[in-house]
Amino acid sequence: MTGAAGTGAVGTASAGIPPAGTGPMLEVRDLHVQIASRRGLVRAVDGVSFEVVKGDALGIVGESGSGKSMTLRAILGVLPPEARITSGQVILDGQDLVPLRQSDLNRIRGPRISMIFQEPMSALNPVMRVGSQIAEGPLIHLGIGRAKAAERALELMRRVGIPDPERRYRAYPHEFSGGMRQRVMIAIALACEPEIILCDEPTTALDVTIQDQILRLLATLCRETGVSLVFVTHDLPVVAQVCQQVAVMYGGRLVESGPVREVLHDPRHPYTLGLVRSAPDFDNVRESLVPIPGSPPSLISPPEGCRFHPRCKFAEEDCLVTEPPLRLLPGGRATACLHHERCIEAIEAERAAQ
Amino acid sequence: MTAAALPAPAAPPAREPEPLLSATDLTVTFGLGSSIAARLRHEARVLRAVDGVDLEIRRGEALALVGESGSGKSTLARALTGLVPLAKGEIRFDGRVLPARRKHSDQRRIQMVFQDPYSSLNPRLTVGSMLAELLRVHHVVPRSEVGSFSRELLGLVGLGEDALPAYPRQFSGGQRQRVAIARALALRPDILLADEPVSALDVSVQATILNLLRDLRAELGLTLMLISHNLAVVRHLCDRVAVMYLGRIIEVAPTETLFSNPQHPYTRGLLAAIPKLSTAGDEGAPAIAGDPPSPLRIPAGCRFRTRCPIAEARCEQEDPALRISADDSSHSAACHFAFSAAGAPAAG
Ligand SMILES: Nc1ncnc2c1ncn2[C@@H]1O[C@H](COP(=O)(O)OP(=O)(O)OP(=O)(O)O)[C@@H](O)[C@H]1O
Ligand SMILES: Nc1ncnc2c1ncn2[C@@H]1O[C@H](COP(=O)(O)OP(=O)(O)OP(=O)(O)O)[C@@H](O)[C@H]1O
Ligand SMILES: [Mg+2]
Ligand SMILES: [Mg+2]
Repeated sequence: MTGAAGTGAVGTASAGIPPAGTGPMLEVRDLHVQIASRRGLVRAVDGVSFEVVKGDALGIVGESGSGKSMTLRAILGVLPPEARITSGQVILDGQDLVPLRQSDLNRIRGPRISMIFQEPMSALNPVMRVGSQIAEGPLIHLGIGRAKAAERALELMRRVGIPDPERRYRAYPHEFSGGMRQRVMIAIALACEPEIILCDEPTTALDVTIQDQILRLLATLCRETGVSLVFVTHDLPVVAQVCQQVAVMYGGRLVESGPVREVLHDPRHPYTLGLVRSAPDFDNVRESLVPIPGSPPSLISPPEGCRFHPRCKFAEEDCLVTEPPLRLLPGGRATACLHHERCIEAIEAERAAQ
Repeated sequence: MTAAALPAPAAPPAREPEPLLSATDLTVTFGLGSSIAARLRHEARVLRAVDGVDLEIRRGEALALVGESGSGKSTLARALTGLVPLAKGEIRFDGRVLPARRKHSDQRRIQMVFQDPYSSLNPRLTVGSMLAELLRVHHVVPRSEVGSFSRELLGLVGLGEDALPAYPRQFSGGQRQRVAIARALALRPDILLADEPVSALDVSVQATILNLLRDLRAELGLTLMLISHNLAVVRHLCDRVAVMYLGRIIEVAPTETLFSNPQHPYTRGLLAAIPKLSTAGDEGAPAIAGDPPSPLRIPAGCRFRTRCPIAEARCEQEDPALRISADDSSHSAACHFAFSAAGAPAAG
C-alpha cells in the first residue's frame, strides 16, 4: 500500500506490506454515489476508499442506511436507475471499472466479480427454476455445455447445503424457505469461480448451523483458491470469525478501519464504540439494551463538521466545523475522529469499573 | 412508550396464564406437481412443511421459535396468521376456534411481520398512503389523527417523517424492515408474530426495536412470537423457546432452562454453533454433521436420527413424541433419551 493517508485509503494487507508482486485485488478510491429523489439528492456514498488483498476478507459494518449496499452495487455496476457514480474509481486488478460500458461489465460480472444480494427475492428470477438460474452463469461464461452446467449447478447446491438438490433443481424460488433462497444466491455467486465476491448480509436468513457451514465454505475458498471477499453484515461475531480487516460506515463515509480484533475490542471512533456496546450478548444478558441515542444523519443535507457529532458524547467545538478525514493510526488502523483518545479513556474507565 | 428504566424480566406468575393463541395438530402441506420420475422413485408428492404441531402462546409472553432453516417456522407463523390453509388441525384464539375465513377484527388482532420485507410491501404505495389506508380500513384512529399517528409509528421504529412520501424501494434493507414493523404495529394487535424482525438491522437500531418490543409488552401487554436465528436476541427478549426441526417442534422450555440444560441433540448442536466475538476462523468440527434431509423424504422413526450423534437402533423404529419432563413440567423434548443419563452429552 502506498502513502495513501491523504486520500483516506485503507490497506488490508495484514502487515501493511502486500506479498511481493501482488497489488490489491480490489481498490475503491474516493467513491461517490448520488441518488436522485423527490426529496432531494441523496449522497448515499460520499467519499469511500478501501482496498482488498487477494485471499483476504474485508468486513463492512455500520448504521442501517449508511450506504453499504450502495457501495457494493456501485462496485458491481448494478445501481438502481436513479443512482449514479459521480466520482471515484473502482479498480479490479489494475483496471478501472467505472468508465466501462454495460456490455464490458457483463463479461466481468460472474467470472471475475459476483455479488450475494441482501434480499434474495429481489435478485432471483421468480419464473425461472432455481437450478437453471445457477447453471446460467457457467453456461454463458465457462463455455461448457448444458449438461455440464447442470451438473455443476447440482454440485453447487450440494456445497451450500440445499437438501435433495436433484429434486430442488426444478423448484421455483417461492417454493423455498428464506434461508434456502439465500443459499441459492450464494450458489449463483460461486458458480463461475470469481476472484472477488461481494457479500451483502449473506447469512442473516440462515440458522446458525447452516451459517456455520457457509462461513466455513467461504473461508476455505479464500484460503485455497485465493478468492477475496467484501463482507457486509450487522453480525459482529460473524465479522470476527470471517474477516481479517473491518471498515465501519456511518452516514455515507468510512469512520474507522483496521484489523478486526482491534477495532471490535478497542474501538477508536465513538460510533464504533456505541455500536459494539449496543449488541445483545449471548453470554451476558442485560436488562435493557443501550442503543446510540439520536437519529441517523440525513444524507440529503448531512450535518456540518463530523457527521456523528449530534449523537456523540465526546463532541467538542471543533467537531461542529471540521469534517475529519480518515487518518492513519499505528498498527494498520485508521479513524475519522478528531478526539479518538477519548475512546481509549472511556474503554479504560469501563475496564477499571468492572 | 418510553424506554424508561424497566423492571427486570417479571418473575413467572404463580398460575400459568391461559393461552392466547394455540394450535393443535397443526399441519400444512404444499402440493407439488406430479412428475413421472418422482412417482418412479416413490416420493411423496406433498411436502409437509408443518407436521402435526401443538403449540401454546400464552397471553403476555414472548415465545421464541428457532430452528433449522426450512424447518417450517415461517409456514407455521403464516398458518397462525390465517394466510395458508391448514391440511389438518385447529387454531384457537382467545378461547374460540378460528374458522378458515377469519373476521376482520380477528385479522387485526393477529399481525405478522414478514421475513422478506421486499416482497411483503406493496411497491406502488408510499409508506404514508399504505399506513393511512390501513388505519382507515380498520378504524384504528379518527381520520383527523391518521397523519400524526403515522408519524408517531415511524418515530417508534427510528424513521423520520421523510419516510412518509417514499416508496419501499427507496429504502435500505434495514429501513424497509422497520417500515414492515411499523405497519404491523399500526393495527395495535394483541399478538405479533415477528419473522426475523431485526435480522437486517445494525445492532444499535436492533437495540431500539428490541427495547420497543419489550416496552410494548410491559405497557400494553402485547403477546409476541419471535422467529429468529439470533440466539442472543432470543435470550434477551423471550420467556420461552420452541425449537423446530423438519416440520416438528422438538423441544420447548423456558429460555434459561433451554440454554443451560438442552435435552434434544439438535438443540445442543444449535447452541454449539453460535458465533462468538472471541472465536475466530473455522477451527473445530461443525456442530451438526451431515445434510438436513429433504422434507419430501422424512426419515422413518426419529426424524433427526440421520444426523444424531447418539442415535441407536430404536430411533429407526420409533418416532419420539414431544414428552414432558418428569421433574420440570415446563420442559418438553422429542427424544427417546431426553431427561435421562443416556441422553446426556458424553463427558470430555
Ligand atoms: N432508490 C432510492 N431513492 C432514494 N434513496 C435511496 C434509494 N435507495 C436507497 N436510498 C437511500 O440511500 C441510503 C443508502 O442505502 P443502502 O441501501 O446503501 O444502505 P445500507 O447501508 O445497505 O443499509 P442497511 O444496513 O439497512 O441495508 C439509505 O439511507 C437509503 O434511504
Ligand atoms: N409455496 C411453497 N411451495 C412449496 N414448498 C414450500 C412453499 N413454501 C415453503 N415451502 C417449503 O416448506 C418448507 C418450510 O418452509 P419455511 O419457509 O416455513 O421454513 P423456515 O423454517 O421459515 O426457514 P427459514 O429459516 O429458512 O426462513 C421448506 O422446505 C420450503 O421449501
Ligand atoms: Mg443494505
Ligand atoms: Mg422463514
